[in-house]
Amino acid sequence: MDFLFSDEQDMLFQSADRFGQERFACLGRAELLSDPEQAELGRLWHDMAELGWLMLTIDEAAGGIGAGSGEVMALMQAMGKHLIPSAYVATCILVPALLKGDEDAAQTVLAKIGDGSAKASGAFFEADSGYHLHHVQLEAVRKGDTYVLNGQKCHVEDGADADWFVVSARTSGASSERLGISLFLVPKDAPGLEVEKFRAIDGHRHAKLHLREVTNAVLIGEQDNAIANIESAVALANCAHLAEASGSMRAAADLTLEYLKTREQFGQPIGKFQVLQHRMVDMMMGCEEAESMVFDAAQLADRAEPIDPLAVCAAKVRVGQCGLYVTQQAVQLHGGIGFSDEIIVSHHLRRQMMLNLAYGSIDHYRSVYAEGQ
Amino acid sequence: MASDLTTANPNPDFKEEVREFFSEGIPENWRTRLRAGLRLEPDELIAYQKKLAARGWGAPTWPKEYGGTGWGPQQLYTFWREAANAYAPNQFHQGLELIGPIIFSYGSDEQKKKFLPPILNGDHWWCQGYSEPGAGSDLASLRTRADRDGDFYVLNGQKTWTSYAHVATHVFVLARTSTEAKRQQGISLFLIDMTSPGLSIRPIRTMDEKHHTNELFIDNVRVPAENLVGEEGRGWEYGKVLLDRERMVTASTAIFLQQTVAAVRDAASRRKIGSSLLIDRPVFASKLAQFEIEVRALQIMVRRLMADAARGAQSGPRGSMVKLRWSQLLQAGTALWVEALGPEASHFRALTGSPLDEDMPYALQGALYSRVTSIYGGTSEIQHNIIARRALGL
Repeated sequence: MDFLFSDEQDMLFQSADRFGQERFACLGRAELLSDPEQAELGRLWHDMAELGWLMLTIDEAAGGIGAGSGEVMALMQAMGKHLIPSAYVATCILVPALLKGDEDAAQTVLAKIGDGSAKASGAFFEADSGYHLHHVQLEAVRKGDTYVLNGQKCHVEDGADADWFVVSARTSGASSERLGISLFLVPKDAPGLEVEKFRAIDGHRHAKLHLREVTNAVLIGEQDNAIANIESAVALANCAHLAEASGSMRAAADLTLEYLKTREQFGQPIGKFQVLQHRMVDMMMGCEEAESMVFDAAQLADRAEPIDPLAVCAAKVRVGQCGLYVTQQAVQLHGGIGFSDEIIVSHHLRRQMMLNLAYGSIDHYRSVYAEGQ
Repeated sequence: MASDLTTANPNPDFKEEVREFFSEGIPENWRTRLRAGLRLEPDELIAYQKKLAARGWGAPTWPKEYGGTGWGPQQLYTFWREAANAYAPNQFHQGLELIGPIIFSYGSDEQKKKFLPPILNGDHWWCQGYSEPGAGSDLASLRTRADRDGDFYVLNGQKTWTSYAHVATHVFVLARTSTEAKRQQGISLFLIDMTSPGLSIRPIRTMDEKHHTNELFIDNVRVPAENLVGEEGRGWEYGKVLLDRERMVTASTAIFLQQTVAAVRDAASRRKIGSSLLIDRPVFASKLAQFEIEVRALQIMVRRLMADAARGAQSGPRGSMVKLRWSQLLQAGTALWVEALGPEASHFRALTGSPLDEDMPYALQGALYSRVTSIYGGTSEIQHNIIARRALGL
């Protein structure tokens, strides 16, 4: 994948693009998202399962497709282009990357993810952890054959509809030590687990978890040694989000360019005004910069495991900045209508803002980069 | 071969060969000036050109039949990366990348024989006589005239921003051979010996206090008709051959930006503020990280540009985008370097014979010089216009 999709990847993009176009037109978006039953979104998820997308990154040994990062990038760019607000990244990228072991429970969850019958998410962030994955205070204490979990997770990305949570917990060590962190698989109906649900401005649905004497949890992987696994899984989720961001900003820029050519003021298309032309060029440069970094990250992810964390940090910073710039300007160049709900560019801006909150902010990744350089 | 730009190097032997070449003979005292984005002195650049020519690498981007290496984008990329790593300079481009390719594309056989080898060997130094006092971004409004007189053309006019005219052996000049045709169509391209009677130069003093550029006065200069390139009146369109090559020139320039990154990092790692190093102070570290991340993004854009070239595909506006981002980042980087050096960065010249501290005066000179990189070769605003018109259809 040499800054170009392979034929297979391109086909996947085309089919996801059509899917988005047919099933997720901007019109009626607000109603679709605000349906408390999530009926249409449920049907979308079901159809994505039929298309095989939900098992894209699940290993072949676990019954999945085992596709590479290029496929993920192709699919996510299309999802970004059409702003499909699904729990795809959490369920189908993050959790399969976390569940690499051969535990029966993990295999069961992966099978259900693959056929679309269950969703899952990773629960890492705590009230005072910032975006540091190794700041873990939620506690798991071994009692006989089981563990007892106590603590909170303040934000679980796309966790509101999850049937399973993969929760990081401290099994030993102090609250910010890298050693002593373990992963547990917790079903949503585990006794002692309270799930608070939230809707975000971009239609995604998140959660906050309270665990009080939860015993119904299965240890995933080796006790005390989960941090590397968590970080590399989050890096892959980040890469998927970056591809989504690049698809989204490209769509917003393309729509803006179209608008500059058709919207007339002062007796001419507004794209005749040089100040708007130059702004538009800067937006296109932002898209180019972001896309190049996304391709590069995908190539790196396929080449080495785990992917070079600094490359992901750099991409999170720069793609995040480009995404905000491009979509803020897309709104600006649309004028008043850009601020309205009925034009998709405002949805793109909302999504870009949320992407920068998902697994770490621009400032967070810039300071991690600075420390790691 | 296309994928080689992004995956493991396909030809480790070539990389080794290039690394070996650069492992010696690159003077240490070039480093600071290169990091500042400054050109070396002409005698140094000539020495470097001769060293490359002796190795058969005098013209990396030229086809073999004219003495070039015939390298493809992958090899060029390796070559420039290694050169940048070794603190070698980018080659001086006005002969190699501007007039050379025009001569081998449109010149007569005599012109090719006479002018190409000395460009390669570093025996000729070319400068560009394009801009005029009244023709900058709007180059087609140029007024220098060339009138036919037997076997000669007689040229009259004034050029400006003629960089390195003070050391050049030759100048290539755009002049008007007809005023009747449409603006661009009456323009012809001439190859002129700098020792021709009637040519005179006056230095232009610039804010970085480095002598790069000049005014060039052309007063009844007689140029043999055989030194007209191609046909009369078509000089403007010959420049188009450069458009396709431009992305490689831009790419190579941008690859050398990593030298500036190292300068900032080194200065910030040396400077102590109180009990801590500047590089460990969060505000500065954050700014440096931001700069490094943007440079990293630019390097990836360069690889994408070269991947286009490797597969023979058009790059659309990517070349212009890289030029724009490179100039922005050179400006940001040299400014950050000055900041990292602190108050002594203002010690530009010693008045009492004492030595200047490390990196002075070049960091500041580079920061000042960098301001012209978003002006020359088509200002950033012109680049924006070009992208808007050609790529976006606005």
